[in-house]
Amino acid sequence: MNRRDKIFIFAAILAAVLIGTFLSPLASKYPGGVEKVAEKLGFAGKAASFNIKFLIPYYLFPGIKNSFWQTALSGFIGVLIVLVIFALIFGIISLVNKIKNSKSKTLNNK
Amino acid sequence: MHIPDGFIDLKTAATMSIFSLSGFIFSIIKAKRYFRAKVVVLMGIFAALIFAAQMINFPIFVGSSGHLLGAALVSIILGPYAAGIILTVILVVQAFVLGFGGISTLGANSFNLAIVGVVSAYLIYKLITKFSKSRAVFYTAVAVSSWFSVVITSVFVSIELAISGTYSFGLILSSMVTIHILIGIGEAIITTLVVAFIDKVKPDLILTRNWDRKIEAFEDTKKNSG
Repeated sequence: MNRRDKIFIFAAILAAVLIGTFLSPLASKYPGGVEKVAEKLGFAGKAASFNIKFLIPYYLFPGIKNSFWQTALSGFIGVLIVLVIFALIFGIISLVNKIKNSKSKTLNNK
Repeated sequence: MHIPDGFIDLKTAATMSIFSLSGFIFSIIKAKRYFRAKVVVLMGIFAALIFAAQMINFPIFVGSSGHLLGAALVSIILGPYAAGIILTVILVVQAFVLGFGGISTLGANSFNLAIVGVVSAYLIYKLITKFSKSRAVFYTAVAVSSWFSVVITSVFVSIELAISGTYSFGLILSSMVTIHILIGIGEAIITTLVVAFIDKVKPDLILTRNWDRKIEAFEDTKKNSG
């Protein structure tokens, strides 16, 4: 991985964090496509919700009153969680490859 | 185009879950060769970008809003299998961390976005780019396939809602497709702009265009790390 690649990765992660944090509160509050159709045809009331305590319920960060920061922080944390999941996948794969490589090396030495 | 809890019945939810889980496992098996490469880094970056972009609802004329699905974008950049995995992970995070989308409908949503959205986008993109390797045809393929991926996905959402007995198929279909024809234009514009940007700053990242050299991206070719 050269320097240019590293800069690209850093810039792309920064872009995701910035979009998730600072653009998300500016998103349109109109209902999305499926919700709009449900409202129009009159089955919006069918929407149910599970009685589950979500970490950040409905993109509203708990314990904060300011609606901008409610959304901004939930976007920020959400992006971080997605990044952490793929970092874990990357870590596991690197580890498996390392073990595989060292095994094949010891076999070759014998 | 997330279906919330309550809009589809148990049998549809269960069937869709089986389909999407099979598709997810299939994607992992097929994408195994990616996993050896550092393409997982790219998958993480695009997952984060699509997750963020899915929060940005843009208004459309009919008092409604849409957001990027991203199925076409990641399929064109990283290929359909990586795209399927990325979208499924995003939906799982949305459903379980943010209470967005739906938990009983996770299977259906994952089927719609990670399978229907991805496969339709990729097939149309591949079909159009078969005709020519020119830049104009490439960008036409990007725009057309991203528009179609949204519209075709909306057809599948309508079918699932109708099978569940939520409403009559004809009316759901016409309403869903009408709105998503407009949302699809947003999808096409954003996807084309992002692809054009990547094409400018790091063209080798568009892996589906240089399919044969795909693993070289972000891979130190001098070292054979396997």
